[in-house]
Amino acid sequence: MSERVMDDDAGLRDGGLADAAPPTDGEARAGGLGRWLSARLRRGGRGLVIAIPYTWLLLFFLLPFAIVAKISFAEYQLGIPPYTPLVEWAEDTYLRITLAIGNYQFLLEDPLYIEAYLGSLKMATVSTILTLLVGYPMAYGIARAKPSTRNVLLLLVILPFWTSFLIRVYAWIGILKSNGILNNFLMWTGIINEPLPLLYNEFSVYLGITYSYLPFMILPLYANLEKLDKTLLEAAADLGCRPWKTFLTVTLPLSLPGIVAGSLLVFIPAVGEFVIPDLLGGPETLMIGRVLWSEFFNNRDWPVASAVAIAMLVFLVVPIMIFQHYQAKGEKR
Amino acid sequence: MTTLAAATRTHTKPIIEIQDVVKKFGDFTAVNGVTLTIHQGELFSLLGGSGCGKSTLLRMIAGFEEPTSGRILIDGQDVVGLPPYERPVNMMFQSYALFPHMSVEQNIAFGLKQDGLPRAEIAARVDEMLRMVELSRFAKRKPHQLSGGQRQRVALARSLAKRPKVLLLDEPLSALDKKLRERTQLELVDIQDNLGVTFIMVTHDQEEAMTMSTRVAVMDAGEIVQVDHPHAMYEYPNSRFVAEFFGSVNMFEGTLVEDEPDYVVIESPEVGSRIYVSHGISGRQGSVVWVAVRPEKVFISKNQPTQLDNVDRGKVTDIVYLGGISTYMVTLTSGKVVRVTVPNVTRQAEAEITWEDEVWIYWRPESAVVVQQ
Amino acid sequence: MRNRSFFLLTALGFGFAFLYLPILLLIIYSFNENRLVTVWSGFSTQWYGELLRDDNILDAAWVSLRVAFFSATISTALGTIAGMVMARFGRFKGRTLFSGMLSAPLVMPEVITGLSLLLLFVALEGLIGVPQGRGVSTITIAHATFTMAFVAVIIQSRLSQMDESIEEAALDLGARPAKVFFAITLPIISPALVAGWLLAFTMSLDDLVVASFTSGPSSTTLPMVVFSSVRLGVSPKINALATLLVLVAALTILIAAWFMRRQESQREKEAAAASAEQDRF
Repeated sequence: MSERVMDDDAGLRDGGLADAAPPTDGEARAGGLGRWLSARLRRGGRGLVIAIPYTWLLLFFLLPFAIVAKISFAEYQLGIPPYTPLVEWAEDTYLRITLAIGNYQFLLEDPLYIEAYLGSLKMATVSTILTLLVGYPMAYGIARAKPSTRNVLLLLVILPFWTSFLIRVYAWIGILKSNGILNNFLMWTGIINEPLPLLYNEFSVYLGITYSYLPFMILPLYANLEKLDKTLLEAAADLGCRPWKTFLTVTLPLSLPGIVAGSLLVFIPAVGEFVIPDLLGGPETLMIGRVLWSEFFNNRDWPVASAVAIAMLVFLVVPIMIFQHYQAKGEKR
Repeated sequence: MTTLAAATRTHTKPIIEIQDVVKKFGDFTAVNGVTLTIHQGELFSLLGGSGCGKSTLLRMIAGFEEPTSGRILIDGQDVVGLPPYERPVNMMFQSYALFPHMSVEQNIAFGLKQDGLPRAEIAARVDEMLRMVELSRFAKRKPHQLSGGQRQRVALARSLAKRPKVLLLDEPLSALDKKLRERTQLELVDIQDNLGVTFIMVTHDQEEAMTMSTRVAVMDAGEIVQVDHPHAMYEYPNSRFVAEFFGSVNMFEGTLVEDEPDYVVIESPEVGSRIYVSHGISGRQGSVVWVAVRPEKVFISKNQPTQLDNVDRGKVTDIVYLGGISTYMVTLTSGKVVRVTVPNVTRQAEAEITWEDEVWIYWRPESAVVVQQ
Repeated sequence: MRNRSFFLLTALGFGFAFLYLPILLLIIYSFNENRLVTVWSGFSTQWYGELLRDDNILDAAWVSLRVAFFSATISTALGTIAGMVMARFGRFKGRTLFSGMLSAPLVMPEVITGLSLLLLFVALEGLIGVPQGRGVSTITIAHATFTMAFVAVIIQSRLSQMDESIEEAALDLGARPAKVFFAITLPIISPALVAGWLLAFTMSLDDLVVASFTSGPSSTTLPMVVFSSVRLGVSPKINALATLLVLVAALTILIAAWFMRRQESQREKEAAAASAEQDRF
């Protein structure tokens, strides 16, 4: 009897839910059947628990991308929904599939889109570097602080993250505009005679992205630098290495995973950023998130907006994969 | 002592039967074909270094791991495939695994509540357990308000509250400091003796296994090397591994030259005389064997002993004073270093043997054990 | 050595000034009497009064609060299960896809998430008639989806710090897996649950882009109102609103931090007392 039970269990373990038949021979004791049932229930329960978030993500995360991909091959039409169906019955006799690659052709032909993509990449790259330059010394300083001070400083880094993003961007408008706080202050001190053009240009977008995403850079960097073994630095100093050289040869290479994680957390969302270029950028600040938004809301051209989104995803697939690779590695630690 | 009394007690009824159990994690074989029978009322130890498979074996009995192949019977019932919550055994964890959000009495009552016992009975049982581990006045405290030793006792009480057929203990004392550990060893043995519950304990500490257990299984690389009573394990190790793992030992490599039913003679380039051992072995003449002699069974003297076998000359190269005993390191003419322990019956200052002395070392024919492999 | 710490101190000083000065100025100028926000003419709280009489803003705030409450609750439930699956369930078929779908929303540009969810809702409506139009429910689903990734990260990291043998001990004492989860795991990780819920709530309350895509005509959220007003320029009323939002968030976090710190030091004290007591034996 026991052997049969074991066979059943082996079947269950291998994932063969369907092929493990209940014991039917008359000699089967109640224990055998009960055990088989409870094993199946246990497995079922486990599957159910996985299924809940899995189904949700499939339905509301993966499926939408499929639909976006589908609509990017449709054509714009007046009506609701404002796009042509891909599959339709023509004259009720045969199935007609229309793949309109025109949207993608349009993206390649109109210089607006190429410029917007390149603009986004440039803006995201420059602001990621700026964020790293501001964030690294801060993360390093926090990691080297006394434990009690460290917690307070960390809290101060996290705090802005909990306050409204929109409002933090908004705060800069009041500071940077031509009769804003900064210009008023500079004119009052007499450094300048007329207001500087601080707002509605690339400078203000860089500033806005750096400001908004700074916590995303500091936190992974801090997590990495905090773990850095301080005796390594002492060993380097003991071996006659000067502080700056120690930093360049020991600390910096060891903190590379933190740099990569933080940079990706800034770079990927920054490429698709809409709010900051819209509020702080000028009319010539072309970014792809803004283009997508206006295709969708102003031109109501859903197929082109979808094609823009798919093209943006193609750009971002590699950085997203690298990010997930680091996430998975962090999980193992 | 308790241990000896328990060892001589007759164990008839098998409570745990492990039959040819194999456990693989991917390519790694953690447990490789273990067969073991543990009897009612034993305090059985699984002893071995880290990664030898002892914890995996224990976790398979508890139901946290399923064997890749083989059977495990608890009290005659095959438990393979049964989840932990349906097995009649309980476990005490190395980290104690106390529920941090529950008081001491809630921790102890947890298992009883799962069985749906009436409230009055739960209260009575919790009370009894608290008295057993002398923690009655700490009943309302949370785990973090207890010291390490108290937490260890709560963990013990919690795992015994359900009166399991077998209690599994995973390194139960490793988190305690040395002094507390020694006291707790004796307490655990007393509790086990009073309750008559079978204990299976995993430990890496051979002294702990020796003082507490009725029987010990030494494991290495997923396999059981030897199962025996502690004193038999010490006096009659069946392999070099066990001899060296269990206490310290002098090991001489040699060739079997005479093999009679009641004695063997071995010639070793490491020792200046023949080695005569007064027990037979089942070895081939001319095969390479090892002779194991415990340091306390070797005599040291400035005068030449009368015996012709099991004797050699050497020079004292080091002395380790340990209070009750001293260990002499004697370098033989062959260069081999032999450890000799001698009880300090006189004060050290008056000791007649000291550094650089030329000495004789020798042992009785019945003191040595021949091991193969 | 001294040079380096001087450099670090300066970096920290400038960094935190950079982070906090704009917020501080925003708060100060919310009490400005002048309609021109950035020209100081005297202290006044009139803008707060006007804010509280603006039905548009109050309605939007109510929509936002409802969406944030429900989406945070759904996302905490789903994120907790997802974090549990990632931390405790070992290998299963499709785990790679699952962890990919779980971590991608952490970095996914909001415009893509918003657009894709809107197109899903439109397609579903065309196919099965549900959801009918868009409104609070579609924003709630969208927010739950992108915030659950953050909850899952918090729960997963908390679970990986927790001693797994505590759950094993409960199983060993006869509790079934569901019982172990509710009686043991959940109470132990409850602070992480609260943190996850608060984070999801804040992110939902803060979101403009995803809500803009998935909202309907009758469901304007607070950030949408703020955005359309800000697009027209700075306004003292928005400064007042911003001040209130910042203060509420800051107070919540500070109180939570203070409370957790106090609890921790209390625990440490009790633990120290317990070992001292043992030593007297």
